[in-house]
Amino acid sequence: MSQALFALFQRDLRIALRRRADTGSALVFFVIVVSLFPLGVGPQFELLRRIAPGVLWVAALLASMLSMPRLFADDHADGTLEQLLLSPTPLALLVLAKTAAHWLASGALLALISPLLALQFDLPARDAGVLCLSLLLGTPLLSLLGAVGSALTVGLRGAGVLLSLLVLPLCVPVLIFGVGAVEASSAGLGVAAQFSLLGAMLVLGLFGAPLAAAAALRIAMD
Amino acid sequence: MNWFKYAAPQRFHPLAGRAVPWFGVAAVLLAVAGLAIALLVAPTDFQQGDAYRIIFIHVPAAWMSMVLYMAMAFWAAMGLVFNARLASMLALALAPTGALMTFLALWTGALWGKPTWGTWWVWDARLTSELILLFLYIGFMSLHAAIDDERRADRAAAVLALVGAVNVPIIYFSVQWWNTLHQGSSVKLGGSSMAAIMLVGMLLMTLAFWMYSFAVVLARARCIILERERHAAWAQGALA
Repeated sequence: MSQALFALFQRDLRIALRRRADTGSALVFFVIVVSLFPLGVGPQFELLRRIAPGVLWVAALLASMLSMPRLFADDHADGTLEQLLLSPTPLALLVLAKTAAHWLASGALLALISPLLALQFDLPARDAGVLCLSLLLGTPLLSLLGAVGSALTVGLRGAGVLLSLLVLPLCVPVLIFGVGAVEASSAGLGVAAQFSLLGAMLVLGLFGAPLAAAAALRIAMD
Repeated sequence: MNWFKYAAPQRFHPLAGRAVPWFGVAAVLLAVAGLAIALLVAPTDFQQGDAYRIIFIHVPAAWMSMVLYMAMAFWAAMGLVFNARLASMLALALAPTGALMTFLALWTGALWGKPTWGTWWVWDARLTSELILLFLYIGFMSLHAAIDDERRADRAAAVLALVGAVNVPIIYFSVQWWNTLHQGSSVKLGGSSMAAIMLVGMLLMTLAFWMYSFAVVLARARCIILERERHAAWAQGALA
């Protein structure tokens, strides 16, 4: 069973590596959106420092939704999804493997590049580190919620916009605590509370989201 | 009594048809009584003036918006687990009324906020979670509308409603915590310190909203049943 999961994980990562343009476009989108904010609100560093956590987090949220429809759509189009449904391995675990590969190729990259963008907003090094960590902890949850939305909208017209409509309201707690961690850090407070809550939600998401996504895939394919 | 007898759309349709006028009349009577107390009998609040009378609409609408979401998630789950068609149709019929109540709560909240707080909108925890609740209703309806096959739409929307129902408390508490990080809660209604007559008016209005929701949801469910069963002989008989 673990072999099948690892094979699927490897396959999805390999596809992501071979389609660098697709993988990269979400990253570039993230960079562009973040860079637009100083142009929109003006270059004063006091203001930028204050809005940096929110701007980076919202941009990461949007960027991770951008690549979400692709999670199951390609497999749906070429019939791989049906084979996955027929496989003896529990579908929820397969979903988890696919989501993990997807996160490595999207959310993890967003988190790793975020300290660089934090520099543009003159965020101190400590806060930039907290931001990166909070994204590392929060983006897997976005991917998991996105997987549920992606499974619900697989094969539909206009799946991309619909997916964002369904998933973005559910992402509110992640956004709140992700931004909260960075704000607490810049206020000189401890960030343990926010990180604990993000971690708790991640555990809940790891348990629940693959089950919901698997149920949705079965509904979609029946 | 056999509860499952009315699980068949064919039997539920006439039952709902008989119930709708009763709920409708009850809604009108209760609303007239409630509004009479709210607008004529209840004294003017010494702090908020007459603007406080909006709560007679606002509070019942806010309560209904949450109750209806739970009812929608419950019937959607019933439809998903037991593969009961009628339950899914009820969930679908509940969604627009729930969205309407959420919108009413937000709108009347804004109207109340302007004279009382001096602003149409504050990012208060309750306002924010109500807004997100509206987004959840819209998501449910859009997902259902986007899928052509009704049964698939029912079940996909049910999964979304359940994920949403798990999330609602998390969203509520996270928003509350987020808000208290920024500022203290601005104004609170003195719930228990409310005058008895105001409480009576509010309860009457709440009952009126309940009756209205029953009437409208059942009427809408009847339409959905007829639409889906249009090829059945009994439905064509009912339409003729």
